[in-house]
Amino acid sequence: MLDNVWLIPLFPLIGFLINGLFGKKIKNEGVIGGIGTLAIFCSFLVSCGILMQLVGLPAEQRVFEKVIFPWIHAGNFKADMAFLVDPLSAVMIMVVTGVGTLIHLYSIGYMHGEEGFYRFFAYLNLFCMSMLLLVLGANMLVMFIGWEGVGLCSYLLIGYYFEKKSAGDAAKKAFVMNRVGDFGFLIGLFTLFWWFGSNHNIWTINFMEIKAASHLLPYGGVVTVATLCFFLGATGKSAQIPLYTWLPDAMEGPTPVSALIHAATMVTAGVYMIGRMSFVFIKAPETMMVVAVVGAATALFAATIGTAQNDIKRVLAYSTVSQLGFMFIAMGVGAFTGGIFHLMTHAFFKACMFLGSGSVIHAMHHALHHGHLHDDPQDMRNMGGLRKAMPITFLTFFVSTFAIAGIPPLSGFFSKDEILWQAFSNPYHGDLNKVVWALGCIAACFTAFYMFRLVFMTFFGECRINPKVKDHLHESPLVITIPLMVLGVLAAVGGFIGVPKLIGILPNYFEHWLEPVFELANEYGKQYAHMHEHSHSLEWGLMGLSVVIAAIGIFIAFTMYMANKSLPEKFTSAFPGLYRAVYNKWYIDELYDFVFVNPCKSLGNLLWKGFDVVIVDGVVNGVAKLVMAFSAGLKGLQSGYVHNYAMGMALGVVVIIAFYVFR
Amino acid sequence: METIAIPAINMSVIAPEMILSVVAMALLLINVFVKNEQKGYLGYLSIAGILVTLYSLTIGWGAPQDGFSGSVVQDNFAIFFKGIFLVSAAMSILITDQYLQREGCNQGEVYPLMLFATVGMMLMASGTDLMTIFLGLEVLSVSLYVLAGFNRGSIRSNEAGLKYFLLGAFSTGFLLYGMALTYGATGTTKVVKIAAAAQSGMVSSNLMLVAGMLLMATGFAFKVAAAPFHMWTPDVYEGAPTPITAFMSVGPKAAGFAAFLRVLLVALPVFKAEWSSLLWVLAVLTMTVGNITALYQQNIKRMLAYSSIAHAGYILVGFTAGNAVGTSGILFYMLSYAFMNIGAFAVIILVGKKGEENNNLADYAGFGYKHPALGVAMCVFLFSLAGIPPAAGFVGKFYLFSGAIQAGYIWLAIIGVLNSAASVYYYLRVMIYMYFKEPTEDFNWVRLSPAFIICLIIAIAGVMIPGVVPGTILELAQKAILM
Amino acid sequence: MLGAYLPIIVLLVVAACFGLGSVVVSSLVGQKKLSPVKLQPYECGCEPVGSAQERFSIKFYLIAMLFILFDIECVFLYPWAVLFKRLGVFGLIEMGVFVVILFVGYIYVWKKGALEWE
Repeated sequence: MLDNVWLIPLFPLIGFLINGLFGKKIKNEGVIGGIGTLAIFCSFLVSCGILMQLVGLPAEQRVFEKVIFPWIHAGNFKADMAFLVDPLSAVMIMVVTGVGTLIHLYSIGYMHGEEGFYRFFAYLNLFCMSMLLLVLGANMLVMFIGWEGVGLCSYLLIGYYFEKKSAGDAAKKAFVMNRVGDFGFLIGLFTLFWWFGSNHNIWTINFMEIKAASHLLPYGGVVTVATLCFFLGATGKSAQIPLYTWLPDAMEGPTPVSALIHAATMVTAGVYMIGRMSFVFIKAPETMMVVAVVGAATALFAATIGTAQNDIKRVLAYSTVSQLGFMFIAMGVGAFTGGIFHLMTHAFFKACMFLGSGSVIHAMHHALHHGHLHDDPQDMRNMGGLRKAMPITFLTFFVSTFAIAGIPPLSGFFSKDEILWQAFSNPYHGDLNKVVWALGCIAACFTAFYMFRLVFMTFFGECRINPKVKDHLHESPLVITIPLMVLGVLAAVGGFIGVPKLIGILPNYFEHWLEPVFELANEYGKQYAHMHEHSHSLEWGLMGLSVVIAAIGIFIAFTMYMANKSLPEKFTSAFPGLYRAVYNKWYIDELYDFVFVNPCKSLGNLLWKGFDVVIVDGVVNGVAKLVMAFSAGLKGLQSGYVHNYAMGMALGVVVIIAFYVFR
Repeated sequence: METIAIPAINMSVIAPEMILSVVAMALLLINVFVKNEQKGYLGYLSIAGILVTLYSLTIGWGAPQDGFSGSVVQDNFAIFFKGIFLVSAAMSILITDQYLQREGCNQGEVYPLMLFATVGMMLMASGTDLMTIFLGLEVLSVSLYVLAGFNRGSIRSNEAGLKYFLLGAFSTGFLLYGMALTYGATGTTKVVKIAAAAQSGMVSSNLMLVAGMLLMATGFAFKVAAAPFHMWTPDVYEGAPTPITAFMSVGPKAAGFAAFLRVLLVALPVFKAEWSSLLWVLAVLTMTVGNITALYQQNIKRMLAYSSIAHAGYILVGFTAGNAVGTSGILFYMLSYAFMNIGAFAVIILVGKKGEENNNLADYAGFGYKHPALGVAMCVFLFSLAGIPPAAGFVGKFYLFSGAIQAGYIWLAIIGVLNSAASVYYYLRVMIYMYFKEPTEDFNWVRLSPAFIICLIIAIAGVMIPGVVPGTILELAQKAILM
Repeated sequence: MLGAYLPIIVLLVVAACFGLGSVVVSSLVGQKKLSPVKLQPYECGCEPVGSAQERFSIKFYLIAMLFILFDIECVFLYPWAVLFKRLGVFGLIEMGVFVVILFVGYIYVWKKGALEWE
């Protein structure tokens, strides 16, 4: 089965080709959606097989590299199209194909009747292929292809409704911000390649080869530079400060896209990348610190913005940014397993919530459409009381909300608690750990607050939708609710594979599973770790604290949006400035416009009108004119007379011979 | 009465050539017994013959053997080149029938002639004796003269045939004179023995040998259309029937290079300093003249003729380097060139109308919107010709130029890259017409027959697969160099 | 080195001298008694019809070319016939192949109608 790993990205590729090339002709939505879903489902089956086989192997043999074909061999540079299967990539392919399959299925219902249905599925398959390349790539170049591929698909899918200007703008923004990050990724790649090559004559970009040679890497220095560059790439792709602003805008895309790309898979690529190169990152303590701090700051910052948004998808988008921040906290404090664990549980509950929000929007849209109303179907102020009309959506959403808030024993509790505990206790950054932990705790409180705010505004209370269409609110069809139910169950029980040792009712399968991947990194980390022993009672205490924090968040939300509904109003009138700032996302977009976009535009204008038109165009046009004149001259030589040609040839021969004879 | 000892012959060495010749003769006979409307089937028969030949070739891969007392050899180098010839011949044949029907000159002789020309090319690639090479060259040339003038009703085609014949005969004179001088100097026409003689200094006159080499070089330079021996190319390419132009622009050029490479690399490595400096100049001249003149062309066939001159220049860059990277680059590039050039010509045939009309750039206005698939195909070929990744043309150029850099010809590589940049202008101009000009025609005469579809699919695959995954082909090319 | 070619050069000179010499000498020495009949083109003793400087039908050239082709076959057959026994079976096969190839050409020419005058 391991040898057949190439099948995994192949199926979505085939799906993409079929739907992309012939989708327009097929027309039948069932066929198109079926092909797309089947393709990724086949990948899922192969992934399951691979996982089974890996499980059957002894822990130290769970690394397998498969060269599909030799790709580029140029001098010292060698890159094959090769896939790497190890516990880490096995987790990732399971998440990508598993969640991907559910979302494909969901899309058949959600995208029903959309123009360009085939285009959607083609892009979705292409995305899956790229994402699988990214996680399976055995060297940085294959990973980079996937990295760029998912960026491209994200661009295409955000701009799916390209006739809408906002969608086009959002797509462009996402693309440009990702490009900034990709630049960092490339520079990091080059730095590592160059350093190994010039210092140790190891010319490689292969992960396993780098891993084998990683003992040669120094602590700090060049590694810090390289890893910071890689991290810049990660901030772009995973929407961290400073490159996070594209993700909320990306909600312009269809909701399944938000669920698959902008919650479950693509945005976690940065986290995965750090995990994949943990043995490099750990050698740069400064970078680790930066990662942790950026993660913590993003987690809190995005959570605060989430509290004041009224668009249901935007709340979820900020929530995603915030949760990604948690994952980066984990990576930064060296809790790689915790980060990947949260990545997985987050994929479950956040995908479930996005799809749930899609189901709500779908229902709202239909109801409003029925009454010929132009209210915003995504605005939570128009919703309320939907739990009666949409019980399944509500229930799954409710479970996921408990999961993200960190209420035991749902999945989010285990992963988030592990991150917070490790942030508190891990031995790498001294007192900074406590700061990161504290920020994380506050962010967790905010998370519980805004998520329950969302639930209360959407599903509880009285229905604020126009009474005319109230009766037209219906639960979505099965094709939509089945993925919701599956994901809801996963969000509920997914955490049990990673129960902390402390609780001990179940072994921590997940940590055990990923241990061989991160063993080396932990080994390197010991070089500068300040080990502290923490008592079990402290760990129990903190675990309790995180539950209490979540409960506080939920309680505040309940008071403000259920018990005493005038409170939010009073709050906003008491602190109008604060409210406006949060509502307007702390004016970060405006700040970026002011600091980067506008100066760039004016510089661009200046360069265009001053430098480009006059100097560059002048030179280029001048050269072009010169060349054209030359060309006209040469054309004149082509007289069409055979005797002239023969003369030319004879002259050529004479000149050549004469040159060598009289040299 | 004793019998004359027959030298070792080893027929299996020329088995592919014999198969193809027999097929060609059979076609010649069948041709006179079938009706005009059925002549298209001859094309399919010849493709079947080519496939059989191709199969017989692959058997010999990796097991070089020679025959006819060292006059021909079947080594990887020859096999790789023969593969190029056969593939390009098959692709050209695929696009021939529809064209001939349109132009009203569907005479079946075109297929045997193309096959005979291919046999000539194969002999050139296999020849290890100057005489064999010359024989191959003549078989090729004579067939080509006829093919260039194949459209007897068209003055331009007649002109092309006649011009090609006159100038070809002229250049053959140089080539033969060079061979004679080489024979005079070394006393042998076998490349290996020439090398041995030149190595040991057992030559009657070094000057004579060098002069012989230079004259042979000019003869080959004519065949591959290197400046200043390129002048026939635009006129002949423009005048000849388009499928023949496609055929001529790839196979014979590759054959010229095959023989050229063998003569210089195997027979005369002693004079590497001399010939590489000559090739340096030829490469620069050829690239520059080809590209710069192409900038001005309005007729797309003529433009591609100049472009093919420029491509000979790029290949000469790799040849000048004369090292493993450069040589394998030549093999890789020749193969990718076969796909991209024939692909482009296939589209040109489709866009063209009876009487070689509609071949001007302006006629392509809006074509990309009327026929999106063909437009994209044309773009793929043009991108590859321009050397833009991820098409095969880019990879090929990359290896050619890196060969030159490895051999220390930095300037040559720089001139090559500059030229390549200039070439983008005229390739992209076609695309500008295809996509940024309002269509003036509805292109309703463009008819995609199955043969064309097959040809275009092969061409696109041949451009894109080695472009994205150069590894496999490159490995084959590296195993096929003469070192 | 070029000494080896001396006999050829001598032959060349002698031939040139002979050719030129005979024309020059005969024009100097020979008697010139011209009459209309003597100035007529010689056409195997028949009365000349029309001008000699007219265009010939392309068919003549075609036939001439075909004649040369098949003439060469004969030229090749002669030495083979002389050495027939010494060349043995191999020679027989080889010549057979050669003849077959030319025969293919012959059939082609025939079926194409190149041998028919009208």
